[in-house]
Amino acid sequence: MEAFGLLLHGFAVLLTWKTLVLMMVGLVLGIFVGVLPGLGGPNGVAILLPLTFTMDPTSAIVMLSCIYWGALFGGAITSILFNIPGEAWSVATTFDGYPMAQQGRAAEALTAAFTSSFIGSLVAVLLITFLAPMISSFALKFGPPEFFAVYLLTFCSFVGLGREAKHKTVISMSLGLLLAGVGMDTVSGNLRMTFGSADLLRGINFLVAVIGLFGISEILLTMEERLALRGHAASISLRVVLGVWRDLPKYWVTLLRSSFIGCWLGITPGGAIAASFMGYNLAKRFAEEPESFGKGRIEGVFAPETAAHASGTSALLPMLALGIPGSGTAAILLGGLMVWGLNPGPLLFVEHKDFVWGLIASMYLGNVVGLVLVLTTVPIFASILRVPFAAVAPMIVVSCAIGAYAIQNAMFDIWLMLGFGIVGYVFKKIGIPLAPFTLALVLGNRAEDAFRLSMIGSGGDLKVFWSNGLVGSITTLAILLLFWPVFDRLRAKVAMR
Amino acid sequence: MKVAITLAAALCGAPAFAGWEPTKPVEIVVAAGAGGASDQMARMMQAAIQKNNLMKQPMVVSLKGGASGAEALMYMKSSEGDPNKVLIAYSLIYMLPLSAKIPFNWRELTPVSVIALDQFVLWDNSAGPKTVKEFVAAAKAASSPFKMGGTGSKREDHVLTVFLEQKTGAKFSYLPYKSGGEAATQLVGNHTESNVNNPSENLEVWRAGQVRPLCVFDKERISYTSKVTETQSWADIPTCKEEGVDVQYLMLRAMFLPGKVTPEQQAFYVELFHKVTQTAEYKDYMEKQALKPIFLTGKDMVQFLEEDDAVNKSLMTEAGFVAK
Repeated sequence: MEAFGLLLHGFAVLLTWKTLVLMMVGLVLGIFVGVLPGLGGPNGVAILLPLTFTMDPTSAIVMLSCIYWGALFGGAITSILFNIPGEAWSVATTFDGYPMAQQGRAAEALTAAFTSSFIGSLVAVLLITFLAPMISSFALKFGPPEFFAVYLLTFCSFVGLGREAKHKTVISMSLGLLLAGVGMDTVSGNLRMTFGSADLLRGINFLVAVIGLFGISEILLTMEERLALRGHAASISLRVVLGVWRDLPKYWVTLLRSSFIGCWLGITPGGAIAASFMGYNLAKRFAEEPESFGKGRIEGVFAPETAAHASGTSALLPMLALGIPGSGTAAILLGGLMVWGLNPGPLLFVEHKDFVWGLIASMYLGNVVGLVLVLTTVPIFASILRVPFAAVAPMIVVSCAIGAYAIQNAMFDIWLMLGFGIVGYVFKKIGIPLAPFTLALVLGNRAEDAFRLSMIGSGGDLKVFWSNGLVGSITTLAILLLFWPVFDRLRAKVAMR
Repeated sequence: MKVAITLAAALCGAPAFAGWEPTKPVEIVVAAGAGGASDQMARMMQAAIQKNNLMKQPMVVSLKGGASGAEALMYMKSSEGDPNKVLIAYSLIYMLPLSAKIPFNWRELTPVSVIALDQFVLWDNSAGPKTVKEFVAAAKAASSPFKMGGTGSKREDHVLTVFLEQKTGAKFSYLPYKSGGEAATQLVGNHTESNVNNPSENLEVWRAGQVRPLCVFDKERISYTSKVTETQSWADIPTCKEEGVDVQYLMLRAMFLPGKVTPEQQAFYVELFHKVTQTAEYKDYMEKQALKPIFLTGKDMVQFLEEDDAVNKSLMTEAGFVAK
């Protein structure tokens, strides 16, 4: 029970007034950011990251991860009340959450979303608590071929499991890979695609791109479509909450299945979005009356929210142990770790015990406090709806600009952000998904380096990706996932006969 | 009484700072990623200055490690006349303009002082060969070339690898990682056979017994004799020359201001970093990271830089790393 002792130690690190106050501040900021349309988890964390630069690492990560939990909770609010998903992975929550709100069952849907988020995270945190010590020795097995195999798996699972048209996912991903190549190439030491510009030397920062692609483009769309946020009033009474909780045991299969999917995909980097859809789709497939989904079924909220949060939480594990972010927000937290002078990797668990276990303990506390907080503050946040869009939009644009500037203190990045805003708008108009683009921008460079280092090491022999059980099984799984839709169709054909 | 103390403090402190003092927080620009040797050094100086009250304004560390550090160089170049930015430089100031054709020349910046020299050590996994001779023999006998991990391409680690090949006749395939920390982890995980990390980059994994130092690339042994691991101190590591491989390389750690600052501003920082080198924090750090203490400024520094530039240039040319 070494993990248990270390966890208690983590709680001891955490239980100071300062950390608790930071935690509350983080949660409130996070919910706020989650509720604001167009912001959401990664943007919120990105914008608020510089606030923590002067703090010690443990306080900083506690505050940031609480912003993250807060944003996750808050994202559900906008999905259900306004049909605007705060995060890519709350998209599935809108399928049944928004119809429920339209039927006047907003409070029920919100309680369901918050509760299932809580359960999903809790399962994932338990997993982290007991697996983390093992993960660090497992992590040492990762050399360049293994890393490349993991990146390949992520890219392939996006193409194979995504809901969007495959060719559009591939287009989006390729553009992201192209832009990831801008700047200095580590392997050859040469500059690429900088066209002699000093601003392009450092490459295209992924956060700047994300703020533009999601935040600015959402504002542009809203301006064009309705110039107003439409929503439903919501208040939560204790009776509704208890009612939902009483029915909870009925859905244990759904909850457990979604938690499992979430954890599995969260640890496999890049799976959070896939997790929420998979959770939803599986709940639908196994339900007794699948046709009632999409019309306001409470299970349709439980399933994606549990999976999204389980994966969002467990995504922090590969980030800490391997330095590979499992989600957009984890990628930003990874940047934060480096700013605070911590090198994520196998030795983080050995060398910075206080930090790691403080973080894990903060996941427990943050989720409990967060659940109470969202349940009590929903009416207040929902009142943002009543502020005219004309007043909210400039505020969002300004906060995006500050966020983009603060990342590298460069004016150039604000222009870049606006450029990406337009790109995001066009992408949304012509139906090209943004998530693969962002993913390629974050992982493209690392994937390329890992591939080329593997090639240098093996003397150009591709067999290196099947040279041991670990790398071989990941690579094979990646290729299977890439062609998953083909297998699925074949199977369907066989079944038809 | 209080007035007297304040006056005395003012009298002692004032003459050195006569004329100019920063009025804004001072940014210490690091040309490398977080956690690397430059970053650690910057944070040590930040702490030393703060704890010993060496400057009224706070100091902030600003990481500009993009494009292998080129970002920091271009940033300093474009900050001409701004006395609130100090660069903590190392040999990239000579190498990057040669290998990647970055339009940068250190002569355009204002030199403040050289504050340390960093060592390079040949390391292998603690399960690997125990001496340089065995290591070289194993590398020669291996069916596929030994993998040497290092930071970046066409830089110090890469240059050292090329010279190691020339002197020993063994072949290595050089794997450029993003940081020394990554190179260290990869050696521990047995994905590479060796690396030539700075002492600070491999310190933690050496203490954990996961890697073994084979030899140090200097003409004399490291001077620190207190035990680092249970059995060994830095001084116990033989020089590569003793072991029959005559390759030497030291890397400067120096402070620069942007170009076109006033002599008063330059003088303030010379004095400031001179005081830093006398603090306990600096001395501890030098010993812990096995750095060679040195303090050069003014003409001595410029002469040192010119000579060092020439050495680096010839190494880079010989290794074939100069871009055409």
